[in-house]
Amino acid sequence: MEKDSAGMNQAAHQFRCPRCGNIGEYSGKAGERLIVTCDSCKTKGRVTIPGIAEPPSTNGNAIEITHLRKLFKDFPAVDDVSFYVKKGEIFGLLGPNGAGKSTIIRMLCTLTRPTAGVATVAGYDIVKQSGKVRTHIGLVSEKMIMYEQLTARENLKLFGKLYNLPNDFLNKRIDELLAFVRMEKWADHRINTFSTGMKQRINVIRALVNQPEILFLDEPTLGLDPQSTAEIRELTKRINTENGTTIILTTHIMFEAEALCKRMGIIDHGKIVALDTPANLKKLVSGTDVSTFEIEVSNLEPRMMTSVQSLGSVKSLIQEDSNHLLVRTTGNDAFDDIVDSLRKNGAKVRMVKNLEPSLEDVFLHLTGREAREKVTENTPSSSVGPGHGPGRRRPKRIR
Amino acid sequence: MGVRNVISHSLWICWKDLLEFSRSKLRLVMLVLMPLFMMVMVGFIFPTGSTITDTPIALVNNDAGSMGTSFVAQLNAINNKSGMMLLSSATDFNDIKTKLQNNDIHGGLIIPENFSSDILSGKQGYITIVIDQSNPQMSLTMQGVITKTIEAMGKQSAISNLNSSYHVSVTTATSLITPYIVESKGIVPGEPNYFQFVAPGIIAMVVMMALMTGLPHAISYEKDMGTLDGMLAAPINRLSIILGKVTAQTVRGMIQGFIILLLAVVLFGVVIQGSILLVILLILLTVFSFVGLGILITSFTENEETATMVMMTLMFPMMFLSGVFFPLQQMPWYMQGLAKFLPLTYATTALRKVMVLGADISAVGTEVLILVAFGIVLLAVAVPMFRRAMSK
Ligand SMILES: Nc1ncnc2c1ncn2[C@@H]1O[C@H](COP(=O)(O)OP(=O)(O)OP(=O)(O)O)[C@@H](O)[C@H]1O
Ligand SMILES: [Mg+2]
Repeated sequence: MEKDSAGMNQAAHQFRCPRCGNIGEYSGKAGERLIVTCDSCKTKGRVTIPGIAEPPSTNGNAIEITHLRKLFKDFPAVDDVSFYVKKGEIFGLLGPNGAGKSTIIRMLCTLTRPTAGVATVAGYDIVKQSGKVRTHIGLVSEKMIMYEQLTARENLKLFGKLYNLPNDFLNKRIDELLAFVRMEKWADHRINTFSTGMKQRINVIRALVNQPEILFLDEPTLGLDPQSTAEIRELTKRINTENGTTIILTTHIMFEAEALCKRMGIIDHGKIVALDTPANLKKLVSGTDVSTFEIEVSNLEPRMMTSVQSLGSVKSLIQEDSNHLLVRTTGNDAFDDIVDSLRKNGAKVRMVKNLEPSLEDVFLHLTGREAREKVTENTPSSSVGPGHGPGRRRPKRIR
Repeated sequence: MGVRNVISHSLWICWKDLLEFSRSKLRLVMLVLMPLFMMVMVGFIFPTGSTITDTPIALVNNDAGSMGTSFVAQLNAINNKSGMMLLSSATDFNDIKTKLQNNDIHGGLIIPENFSSDILSGKQGYITIVIDQSNPQMSLTMQGVITKTIEAMGKQSAISNLNSSYHVSVTTATSLITPYIVESKGIVPGEPNYFQFVAPGIIAMVVMMALMTGLPHAISYEKDMGTLDGMLAAPINRLSIILGKVTAQTVRGMIQGFIILLLAVVLFGVVIQGSILLVILLILLTVFSFVGLGILITSFTENEETATMVMMTLMFPMMFLSGVFFPLQQMPWYMQGLAKFLPLTYATTALRKVMVLGADISAVGTEVLILVAFGIVLLAVAVPMFRRAMSK
């Protein structure tokens, strides 16, 4: 099944030369246009291979990217990126601000042209067949694509109409989609009366109005409160499992990628620095000296944190609540250093736990930096995916 | 199929734009207020020629004899009827100068010492008009008004002299002194007035302004908000986006144009002599001739701010150069030459011909052709530019 099927429709076709009547033969892929030469009189002519053009074989991949580059002036925002996304999977692109995630998404959605390299989306070339690509995709970009003065239904209707959906079908589809995100009651309310979470739900179903094969989600939980964040994540999963939609998702939140994605690429400075399943990526760091400690101090004071933070082996420190710290370290002496430093400051250390490596550690290991300094997020543990240390809590995400 | 899709998509985009517009109360209020202000401003600020009343004028009578006094009496009598001037007295030229500088008066009249003696000895009597050089428009009008008044007085006294001294009948004396009577007759009924002159130009201008500011705004705003990406990621022709926006802005401009037309007719007594359908057609043509420029600027400018700036820079000279407020013929030749390159010039001329003079389509054929040509050339440049700009 994974075998190349490009040779399948190479059957020969016949043409009659309009000048001398000679019959000639030609072959190629369906839908292709060729120039043929008559064998007897050497007249040249144009033919189109009969049949519907089939998307080029993609080995079952929804997206294939090879050596994609994008320069802004001479700054490489995306620098020689190659990867593929399998049909039906949720693929994550993880990276800090300015890594080039959005630029990749924009290129794949035909919103901006690559400087070099090729990419196919749903089998179509993003430059040469941009029109075809557009019919197969849905886009949730960083900024919400919605008109605030219009109602939810009007917004959905506009975009449905841009995809030429007939009225009956579109109205039914809009009702289905509204029900899908439990927003039926709000259908005829204007977007500017909605909370950010509600807006984002409508924004997501707006991208689904044309039943896209591939859905692009560019930081879909940006700026949402924890509850809405969880809702959008759950929605992402449902879109993937119930409709079989391929999803490519960007985020700078490790946990999000880990919870949702089958495979993920870590991108930094326009380059893919690692690409694998979350589980395999974590194996990268087990056995290295990167580790994360959760420390409980009953009399936690700011000066204790300052002194811990100033240690050379400490890469980051996050206060989770009034007496829990999350400290990420490198080096084998880190544990001793931290406990010494805390004791010196009169801290009563009640508990120290060495957490299993997380993707945060992977990122730190790969890039030598935090994905996002001192900012992680708080997620209700009910929707926490697999692969988490027991009792893992996260401080509130600061915006 | 392709064309049908482009039109259908553009209509939906237009529907969206108008719906958005209609839901913003402030924008609706502005839609009506803008033409109202425009019309009131033009109506009450610009001089209309015949509305000079009670202009303060200072009078110096240095004459020793009786002729000066009787001249003043006659002037007063005439002025009482016309009410054009508000006469006051002054002592000498320097007094008038001070008063002019203080802006107390707009002009002065000086009757010299030897006024009576000159006339009595059979010579002509001199009268000096002092003009306000800081106000050329006013001084020109004042000069005209005073000259006319004095001339009329001269004729009057000549007639009565002939009548009393030479026993010529008043009728004969009148025809001796003024052998010609000039009568003005327009080709359509009604007096010419400034509103009649500006209204057509203002309509053309307002429609142009709505489009020229509205279009770059509408597109760069969506670019800034990120909603444009939604349309660009949909399988629609780029042309649909611009066409939809243009249609929406045209509807907006036309509504404003009609408000002006209505105000001009109801408040300022403008009479439309030609066919209203032709007026509408000409307004649509005006839009067509400008659209390309709007699109061009939209494609060139990165964000809303620059778009607005470029628009303003272009629009003001166009407004004043294309004969909306002042007749083209009054401009120097090089400005008249420049005006020939502005579509608004032709739009204004054509609209004026139809609205004021009741011309039919054949009389504005040249203007129509030129407007169409402007439209085609500008669009031919602008549309490919826009497509390029949208897929950077
Ligand atoms: N239109 C543009 N012109 C110039 N530079 C750009 C443009 N768009 C993006 N960049 C630059 O390219 C780099 C990558 O930007 P991109 O938006 O793809 O990052 P990102 O990974 O999406 O980051 P974020 O988390 O902030 O969304 C950044 O350094 C950005 O400044
Ligand atoms: Mg981004």
